[in-house]
Amino acid sequence: MQPGALSKALKNGAIWGFIVLELIFFSVAGEFLSLSDKAFMDFENMLLLLKQSAPIGIIAMGMTIVMVNGNIDLSVGATFAIAAIVLLDSMTWPIFAGLGDWVIPVAWLLALTVGTLLGALNGLIVWKTGVDAFIVTLGSMLGYRGIVFMFNGENPTSHLNWTLVDFAEAQFLGLHTATWFLLAVTLAIWFLMARTVHGRNAYAIGDNRDAAVNAGIRVGPHMMVNFAIIGFLAALSAVVFYSESGSVNPNDGQLYELWVITAVVLGGTKITGGAGSVIGTFGGVIAIQLLRKGLGHIGADTSTVNLVIGLILIAVLFLDRQLNVKGKEELKV
Amino acid sequence: MSDPVLRLENIVKTFPGVRALDGVSFSVMPGEVHALMGENGAGKSTLMKVLGGIHQPDSGHIYMGNHKAVMAGPLEAKAKGIVFIHQELSLAEELSVAENIYLGELPRKSFGRVDWPRLAANANAILKKLNVGFDAKARVGDLSIANQQMVEIARALTVDAKAVIFDEPTASLTDAEKVVLFDVIADLQREGVGIIYISHRMEEIFKITDRITVLRDGQYQGTVETANTNEEAVTQMMIGRKLDLSRNAAHHELGDVALEVRGLSCGKLFHDVSFEVRRGEVLGFYGLVGAGRTEIAETLFGLRDPSAGQILLDGREVRITSPVEAINMGISLVPEDRKGQGLVLGMNCRDNMTLPQVDDLKAGPFVAEGAEIAIFDQYRDRLDIRTPGWRQQVGNLSGGNQQKIVIGKWLSMHPNVLIVDEPTRGIDVGSKSEIHKLLRELAAQGYAVIVISSEMPEVLHVSDRIAAMYSGRIMRSFTAEEVTEDSLIQAISGLGGEQVA
Repeated sequence: MQPGALSKALKNGAIWGFIVLELIFFSVAGEFLSLSDKAFMDFENMLLLLKQSAPIGIIAMGMTIVMVNGNIDLSVGATFAIAAIVLLDSMTWPIFAGLGDWVIPVAWLLALTVGTLLGALNGLIVWKTGVDAFIVTLGSMLGYRGIVFMFNGENPTSHLNWTLVDFAEAQFLGLHTATWFLLAVTLAIWFLMARTVHGRNAYAIGDNRDAAVNAGIRVGPHMMVNFAIIGFLAALSAVVFYSESGSVNPNDGQLYELWVITAVVLGGTKITGGAGSVIGTFGGVIAIQLLRKGLGHIGADTSTVNLVIGLILIAVLFLDRQLNVKGKEELKV
Repeated sequence: MSDPVLRLENIVKTFPGVRALDGVSFSVMPGEVHALMGENGAGKSTLMKVLGGIHQPDSGHIYMGNHKAVMAGPLEAKAKGIVFIHQELSLAEELSVAENIYLGELPRKSFGRVDWPRLAANANAILKKLNVGFDAKARVGDLSIANQQMVEIARALTVDAKAVIFDEPTASLTDAEKVVLFDVIADLQREGVGIIYISHRMEEIFKITDRITVLRDGQYQGTVETANTNEEAVTQMMIGRKLDLSRNAAHHELGDVALEVRGLSCGKLFHDVSFEVRRGEVLGFYGLVGAGRTEIAETLFGLRDPSAGQILLDGREVRITSPVEAINMGISLVPEDRKGQGLVLGMNCRDNMTLPQVDDLKAGPFVAEGAEIAIFDQYRDRLDIRTPGWRQQVGNLSGGNQQKIVIGKWLSMHPNVLIVDEPTRGIDVGSKSEIHKLLRELAAQGYAVIVISSEMPEVLHVSDRIAAMYSGRIMRSFTAEEVTEDSLIQAISGLGGEQVA
């Protein structure tokens, strides 16, 4: 084996090893601690896990390309909430009253368009002002959330369309609708990142922005496209989730950005950009959902889940750093 | 005589408050290597950005062949056949060699897909032409600096280049690698490409260029035939005054051994290194990048733990486990990357100067500003640091004055041993000789000075003794009297000579 190959293999496979570890741990611990008789690795349970991964997972795919690009988007949770409101509210608008169930694609389209535009707006500001994406999207996170509250105050926005609920709860080849969306988005973004010029340029820009500029890549518009993509995916995530639930609270989607970023980072994407993979992110999403579900399975409450995930995130990044340090060549701090 | 490939006519570019380029005109003939020289801030970079389409000139014209050319952006400049080899490597390290060569122009298939087979084939064809020893699939970050530079050059060959601009291309190359680079330049020359060669290194300029154009403060100083001029004349054009380049031979009495190192090793970085430095002496470390010189300095400064060997200060064995200990024991390190490691660029001159001792300069819980200013004034006068005042941000000073601030900072800690890594990297010619003079003076004042440098003239100029390093070992040490350029090159290339303590 080449020197460094072991650490490389460890690194690339780390997230999957971690998932296996989680499965074993919760299966064994579940035997002793769980209140239910069902095994943790029950097939139904695993299918449900995939479905529950979808809202975070769909956004995480967009976050992967944005972070590989060297940016970040903190506003996804608020965009998610706005898109949800647009989806549910637009179905009640009088102008669409004559459409019958055809209101569904119209409402979807509206919600997705709004999400895409909100994302593109972030990108446009990052491009034109040169302000760091962290700051820009911190601002839009607050701003977009403000819009959510302006719309309906503290009240939830609700509308149930039973055709839509049937669609959302359907299972095709055993997988739920939401799971299919997650898989389709994962495949699409994987194709974009690994196979297309746009995707390779995203790596180049995140790796060395000056080099990309010098090579004539139009960095600003490129980044805007990626922000539009993540905006679209935040809206898609909302569309998939609220088609089923039918009611959105103004606080919905809060902290989503942090879950999404955690999943992406666990999946091996460099926080400074230039490296990362969609497959890794998929692993990160599954790992987090497993952890949440598994801790629930053995009777831990939500606050414990957050504490554990926080600790694991730091531990994983520390491990990653250790694997990357070549021997003792690094200077002492 | 054929037409020039590239002709600049009266280029003017102003930025708020600065006239960066003031009527610059010169031309590059096909097959010519044309040197562009000037001190830092003379306008070379601005001129290159105008050529590259990153800046638009306020007035003046660029001609390519007989046609007026407007460079609206980097892509257009490249399409017109103007290619840059940047000083700071402009590569994406995580991507493959092939992707870097075709960065911004990856071959496409339908749906915006990358055409991988075509990419690999094209890239390998170019690499073959350059005769390099790596594959197009290799990750750029895994290559040596020299090979990364070859990737940059490969990038230049992807287009039908009319003019190739090399910006300090040899800054991080070894002598052997330079030979390869010069071969590539000669090939380009034969193909009728015009070459603009930007460098501070006189030896290279006189070796490979045909003509030299000099800029000073944004103004065109003239173009001369390389064959009809000499270093002194060019330097005078660059700095507007004469410069003393003679070898330093001021001798004085040497004191006791201040630092002795016996059999010091650190992992794979260096092995069994032994040397001593006396008070009043300058010991030069010369070798290729990666030979382990900087790592020895870092070990002496407590930044790395040695795996074997002894360090003796004034004859007493010591263990140095942190920079704080090193400083307390009287060792100071002026690091190689002045801006990254030596200074806090956003802080003012005084605060930078007193940074290591600000803890000791307290009046009650507060920093004693008066004491700080006194220290700054003392070393400003002693080192002749030119700054409007202590409030000046260090980032706004010239490289030479920045380096003096770093040196002053360490002198104010009263060291016995002063280690200076690459004392004049990125510093213009005029200030270089001042720094050299300063290092000699410091030795004369009784400091034991270690100078690490990749520039042979510098090592020869300032050192009393020279340790030649190759691949983590001291291959030979020379006294100033016995050293010759040839023997030095042999020693650092690992040829001939056995290890001498």
